[in-house]
Formats: sequence, C-alpha cells, structure tokens
Amino acid sequence: MLIKIKKQSDICESDITSESIYLKRREILKGLGLATAGLAFPGASQAGILDYFSKKTAPIKDRRQSLSGRVNASYNSDWELTPESKVISHNNFYEFGMGKGDPINKAQNFKTEPWHIVIDGEVNKPYKLSMEELLKLFTPEERIYRLRCVEAWSMNIPWIGVRLADLIKRAQPNSNAKYVAFETLYDPQQMPGQDSRRIGGGIDYPYVEGLRIDEAMNDLTMLSVGLYGKTLAPQNGAPIRLVVPWKYGFKSIKSIVSIKLTRQQPPNTWNITNAREYGFYANVNPDVDHPRWSQGSERFIGEGGLLSVRREKTKIFNGYAEEVASLYRGMDLNKFI
Amino acid sequence: MIALFKTVIHLLAGGSFIYLYLLIDSGAFGADPVKDIIHFAGKSAINLLIATLLVTPLAKLTTYSPLNRVRRLLGIYCFIWATSHFASYAVFELGLDLSLLSEELLKRPYLVLGFSSWLLLLAMAVTSTRTMQIRLKSRWKQLHQWVYLVAILIPVHYLWSTKSEWIEPLIYIVIFTILLLLRHKQILNIFQTLKLRESFR
Ligand code: HEM
Repeated sequence: MLIKIKKQSDICESDITSESIYLKRREILKGLGLATAGLAFPGASQAGILDYFSKKTAPIKDRRQSLSGRVNASYNSDWELTPESKVISHNNFYEFGMGKGDPINKAQNFKTEPWHIVIDGEVNKPYKLSMEELLKLFTPEERIYRLRCVEAWSMNIPWIGVRLADLIKRAQPNSNAKYVAFETLYDPQQMPGQDSRRIGGGIDYPYVEGLRIDEAMNDLTMLSVGLYGKTLAPQNGAPIRLVVPWKYGFKSIKSIVSIKLTRQQPPNTWNITNAREYGFYANVNPDVDHPRWSQGSERFIGEGGLLSVRREKTKIFNGYAEEVASLYRGMDLNKFI
Repeated sequence: MIALFKTVIHLLAGGSFIYLYLLIDSGAFGADPVKDIIHFAGKSAINLLIATLLVTPLAKLTTYSPLNRVRRLLGIYCFIWATSHFASYAVFELGLDLSLLSEELLKRPYLVLGFSSWLLLLAMAVTSTRTMQIRLKSRWKQLHQWVYLVAILIPVHYLWSTKSEWIEPLIYIVIFTILLLLRHKQILNIFQTLKLRESFR
C-alpha cells in the first residue's frame, strides 16, 4: 500500500493563533471589544499572576498541518472565539487520562497516519476511506459552533469539517437504517486509558456513540477534521471526530474508525457507564439538571485568566433550537435525557 | 525532633501550594486549569485529613507521645486546603455567583456532605488555639470529636463527586474505615455517653 507522507509543518507555541489575530484574519472587526466584556471580576483586567496563567500551555511537539475550509459565514462568524491555546489544552479524552491537561500532555505521539474510516451496516454501498481520499471527495468547510460540555463549561470553536450527511448518502442507506453507531479507535498500546481502568476512569472501551438517523442527517452535524485553520490535534480527536453542537460534548465522539448504520438504537459509552446521569439523547437543556450540578448556566471559556470567570445562561439545544427542535416534537425532554 | 516533624509538614503541606503553582505554570493542567485546581486542593485536603487521623494511632504504636503535638498543625493545613478547594470552586468555577453557590450547596448531596464537613473543620480550626482549648474545657474535646464524622462524610463526598471512577474513592473509603476502626472503642464511647445523657433527661 502506498502511504503518502506529507511534509509536516512544525507548529510551535508562538504560532498558535490568538483569538484576536484569527478574527482579524477572517476580516471580522467585531469581537475584539467583546473579548473583555462581561468579566465577572473587575480585577481581572489588571496584569497579575492569575492572568499570567491564561497564556500557558505546555510546550508541545505540534504535528498539525495547515488546513483551510471554505468559510460558511452563516454559522455565527461574528462570535467571540475561545483562544486556540485553550481549545487544544482543555480536553476530555479519557483514553489519555482524566485530567483536563492529560490529553495534550499524553497524546502527542498518537499515530493518526495512516487512518481509515469504514462506513457500513444497513447501506447498499459500504465503503472505506483514507483521510486523503475523504478530503478529496468532500470539501471541508469552516463553521463556528458552540461546544457545551455536560460538565457545564463551553467554548466557541472554528471547526473545519464535512457534513456527516454527505458521507452517509454516499453509502446509500437502506430502509432499515434508523440509527448511526460510531466507534473510536481501540488501541490500548497507544491509549493508556484503554489499558488501565484507573487511568481511563473505569469506563469500557472502545468509546461508542450513536445518533438517530435524522439527527445524523441534520445539516448541523459535522465530521470535523480540523480547527483554527489546522488539522485536528490528537487531544481534539484527530484525525476525524463528530461535532453535534446541540448535544452535550460527550456525544461528539473522537478519533472515529467506524460509522455503522443500524436498525436499533446503538449503545453509547456514558449511558452504559452511568445511565442515571447520561442518556442517549443528551440534548443541551437548561431545565434538566445533571444530578450533581445545575445545567442552567455554564462557564464560557474565553480569553483571560482564572479570575475572568464568565457564567452565561445555557440555552435550550445550546442555541440551535431553530435548526433541531422539530426533531424532538412530541418527545418528553425531561424523560429522554 | 518535633521541630523537625513540623518543618517537614510545612515543607510538604505548605510547599504543595508552590507545587500547585508550578503545575499550573508548566501547563500540566492545560490552559484552563479550573477543574484540576479543584481536584488538586481536594486531594491535598483529604490526604491531610488522613495524616491528621494517623497521628494518634502512630503515637500509641511508637509510644512516642510528643508526636501528638504535630496533630494540630496537620489539622490546620487540612482546613487551609479544604478552604482553598471550596474557594476555587466558588470563585473559579462559579464566578462567585452567590445565589447559584448557595443553591448548589444545599441541592447536591455530595456538596451537602462537603459543605457540612467544611463547616466542622472551620469550627475546629477557630477553636484550635490553646486559649480556646482552656476556655471550652470539656466541650473542646466534644467539639473536636466531630472529626470522626468528617472522616465518614469526606470519602463519600469524593465517591459521589465522580462521574465514573470509583477505584480511588474506594481506596480512600478503605483507609478511612481502618482509621475509624482503630478508634472504635472511643467512637462507641461517644455513642454510650450520648445514650446516657438521653436517659438522664
Ligand atoms: C463547601 C465545601 C466543599 C465544596 C463546595 C466542594 C466541592 C467539590 C467539587 C466541585 C468537587 C469536584 C467535582 C468534579 O469533579 O466536578 C469536589 C471533589 C472533591 N472534594 Fe470537595 N468540596 C467541599 C469540601 C471538601 C472537603 C472539606 C474535602 C476534604 C477534606 C473535600 C475533598 C474532596 C475530594 C478529595 C474530591 C475529589 C477530588 C478528585 O476528584 O480528585 N471537599 N469537591
């Protein structure tokens, strides 16, 4: 098999784009003023030790390559973004440990080349693609989405990706296809959390997720291959991960190797792990609290240090009600968590 | 000898603040260290609680009773770390939204346990001075026996605070069970006294 080795541009810490530069590059003048608005602490704008922390990320060997997507401005192009340094260093990816900083610190040698993704199950034309083939077949576009973690924090992220619907259509789903099941790579040698229950938080691997077919075909649902103008870093789910912005972050499964169309509702990891706290739907809903914390508000992670805390009200469907509320008409959202 | 022990305690328990700073500064917690700070401070507090509860059994075992003199220092460090843990949550996580804070403290079982424990630790910390000990007389001991309740509540607070991990909380539960079993006579005595007092009413 021929493996194409691309020249890798080494990106070091100083190359990491700050929010403001990124916004400028997109020729959006708004946003700069927003960056300091809404600080809960008046002292936070003064330089101090707690501000200093905001600039820190571990010195990492960054293997990301530049990647551009056609900007789709209909997706909130004027939003204030979460700084790139935070998007790539504050992650939940238990395959690499439970601490938020574990993934960036432990995933840098994660092998993402070569990588294949298989689409099969209830389809007429199952297929398998390398990442190169995938990017040739489908043109990535850039969209800014809000990511709302079930742990009540959120980020605004400029994703680059393709529509999941396009990949699914290519496989020609048959009439039995009611759900879509996703699976993360299983490779305990590379993923210490899969090797040890203690590191991996006591959950069963591989990580699996699922969507209803109409959710999967919704225009918002993306398979992301990059963010902030670069390919995905391992800790963000390289080389390809799901992005479903109206659902809690854990639905957006990372480092996917398999997409399977199914007749029945597929299992999903957090529901298996703790069914009382996590359901199949996991739609962002400020009215249904997590048993251990309120979902009514969230900590938006923006510029600034420890004291620039910004609690914001959580919106139903994470603000995407217009696009997706109709999918759940007649369903009791208090029951289908 | 005791001076040496105390120096070591200051270095470890006080030095952990420097260690925490270095962890944040090196990027070990990522660029948004809030959750990891809460965890680090909680872990420090629970470990110091264990250390505090280890003193008496160790002093007995070694028949070296001066060892008891490091107990107060350990207890105070436990309180300081518990307070940092509480404050990190209230300030860095909730942005000092006091209505949300008070609502959460009363609504979430694991926080009810954590907050009651912190109140007990607070009461013990402010009465930890020699003067207070003399002034409160026998009630001082009664007050400070509440640490046994803290030793029950805190591992449960830990267990209930996690999403899926139970191995480490379970290890802590085992440790605290042993620490409490080592004092089972004393604890049974507390109940006995309570019962006696009931029947005298
Ligand atoms: C008002 C008081 C307290 C509050 C508000 C509080 C809050 C919290 C929170 C928010 C968490 C983390 C939950 C998460 O992972 O999202 C936690 C975990 C924890 N807390 Fe507390 N807590 C309090 C008191 C205490 C006290 C007094 C101790 C110990 C003496 C303690 C020890 C711990 C430990 C060991 C953990 C687990 C840390 C880990 O996961 O590594 N907490 N607490």
